[in-house]
Amino acid sequence: MNEKPKKKESLIRNSSFQTIIASLLCIILGLLVGYIVLLIINPSGAAGAITAILKNFLYYPSAAAAKKYFGTTLVKASALLMCSLSVLFAYKVGLFNIGAAGQYVVGAGACLYVALKAGLPWYCCLLAAVISAAFVGGISGALKAYFNVNEVISCIMLNWISLYCVNMLLSKVKEQSTPYTKELSSVNKSALIPNAGLDQLFSKNEFVTIGVPLAVIMAILVWVILEKTKFGYELKATGMNKQAAKYCGMREKRNIILTMMISGGLSGFGAAIFYLSGIEQWMVQQTSVPAMGFNGIAAAFLGGLSPIGAIFSSYFIQHITSGGTYVDKTMYCTQISDLISAFIIYLCGFVLFFKLWLNRYLDKRDEKRSAKEKKGGEA
Amino acid sequence: MLLLIQYTLIFASVLVLVALGGCFSEHSGVINIGLEGIMVMGALGGALMMKYLPKGTVAPIMILLVILSSVLVGMFFSLLLGVAAIRFKADQTLVGTALNLLGPAAAVVIVRAINTAENPDNVSSTIAYGQAKKAFIVNFGRFEFNWFMLIAFLLLIASFVVLYKTRFGLRLCACGEHPQAADSVGINVYRMRYAGVLISGALGGLGGLVYITAGVSEWKFENGVAGFGFLALAVMIFGQWKPVNIGLAALLFGLFRALSNVYTGFDALVALKLPSTVYNMLPYIISLVVLVFVSGKSRAPKAEGIPYDKGQR
Repeated sequence: MNEKPKKKESLIRNSSFQTIIASLLCIILGLLVGYIVLLIINPSGAAGAITAILKNFLYYPSAAAAKKYFGTTLVKASALLMCSLSVLFAYKVGLFNIGAAGQYVVGAGACLYVALKAGLPWYCCLLAAVISAAFVGGISGALKAYFNVNEVISCIMLNWISLYCVNMLLSKVKEQSTPYTKELSSVNKSALIPNAGLDQLFSKNEFVTIGVPLAVIMAILVWVILEKTKFGYELKATGMNKQAAKYCGMREKRNIILTMMISGGLSGFGAAIFYLSGIEQWMVQQTSVPAMGFNGIAAAFLGGLSPIGAIFSSYFIQHITSGGTYVDKTMYCTQISDLISAFIIYLCGFVLFFKLWLNRYLDKRDEKRSAKEKKGGEA
Repeated sequence: MLLLIQYTLIFASVLVLVALGGCFSEHSGVINIGLEGIMVMGALGGALMMKYLPKGTVAPIMILLVILSSVLVGMFFSLLLGVAAIRFKADQTLVGTALNLLGPAAAVVIVRAINTAENPDNVSSTIAYGQAKKAFIVNFGRFEFNWFMLIAFLLLIASFVVLYKTRFGLRLCACGEHPQAADSVGINVYRMRYAGVLISGALGGLGGLVYITAGVSEWKFENGVAGFGFLALAVMIFGQWKPVNIGLAALLFGLFRALSNVYTGFDALVALKLPSTVYNMLPYIISLVVLVFVSGKSRAPKAEGIPYDKGQR
């Protein structure tokens, strides 16, 4: 086939376009399954519940309130974005960082402890979170590089160890009467990330800080590192084939450890911009790892493993997770949105197959067409 | 001391069952990270059966039905992994992780839906099976013998026989080591892998059931199974994918898990004055340390995690 394919054809053959279609399909199917589950539980309120999930903050009739809760969703989404960046960064290097959740926990523990105990300003707390989370990520990386320990299992073990350690650490800075840590705004105001006027945009939602744009900047930074630098190229080469990378003179062990450290650092950053906004206090009796890290996996894969895609997918996942709190609780429970996002991750497993199938279908169609044209020419 | 042995044995039974599940799946060539989710679903199946069986059911029949229901639910749930990983060649780690998230979320949604349907004010995520579960326990003096300890032991022996002494087991292992070679002598690799995943679903589901009957109180589905599925994977690696070693490894891990429940009964341990959190962390720390020592010379099935493609050379 020498002739140039038509413009429409090349668009559907474009890999990123296919990824977007696949992700949208995953979303639609995921929501459909959620709707069916709602229908089974209680048919009368299903339509209302699914629209409540999708509407999220638009649930509030007043524009000011909606704007305020939009801000809250954004704050949570920015933390989620960092977790999903953490997952996808490691995945690009062939490592499955399921430990984003644990690294997030460690980041939260470090920044809150430094803020409440040492009383340092916010950038120090942020740094503490990033460094300590990077350290935890680095443990998994080192175990993988030197002892061939499967990173998924070591990450899970570290998730639980981190959770128990952080609970112990933060018990020292908790309120006397409640299991929650002290509020930043009353103990150490300097530890709150500055708003820089962003709170005005969201009807004085004081939790909207420069953390939100910072997260987006980090996403772009991750994209630049992975796609445009020698360092990123080396990391990806290591992920593709460790032996080949070693043969080319790359230090493959160092690369694996560095990857996990960066990955951990990204999660820690996410925890810092979330907890240092003062939006939530840490509950020291938590018995399960926060869902943020696991939702990060969903966002990373839904975004087609691209940092830019992750910006949108993180927002979407957080949007429906927050939306889950608005369903009619006399009929349904809020976990329905967890179910939907879990199902979306499951569907993401099929994306590769979908692309393969689509390309094969397009090839076949082209072949048929060219065969027809040939026949037409002969006749 | 008796209490320690009792808890060790029951936790070891959970770990043995789930680790054997992982072992079957991996020997067929499919990594099953989703055991945690499968456990939750299996537990749900068993708990619902206990709830809905009429009060007067005879103990042996009840035990059988409850086990059957959790095994079937576990198998059904593992089929999600099987179809994605075998038919659609999906990333097994990703799908497994999805199962881990899907399991607890689905379980909570189902349990809450049932609870609110019965009584709109009931928002708890527990199922009342406290009475029914007494059928599983026989008291020998102060020692609470749980039938599952025996079942786990029997299944351990059965797994050994199946894997090493039957045609099916040897073929299963061949599919995990070199599927192309297995295919060339007429073994249906896809079917073998489905079998491996389904067996792991059955054992994982049963493990989940044992996990919830082990506790004193009724189990909250929100909590999941606290990383037991992953501990079982660590047990499996420590046991080098061999049933007998897995049994011994499970006893060791079970012991450390049991310590966190009963350490207050030992004066020597109480005298150390460690916070209870340390004991909670212990199983996870031990498994990390153990993995460091055994992962280097790993005897993992060679082709695990790689989707089988007939056309590949």
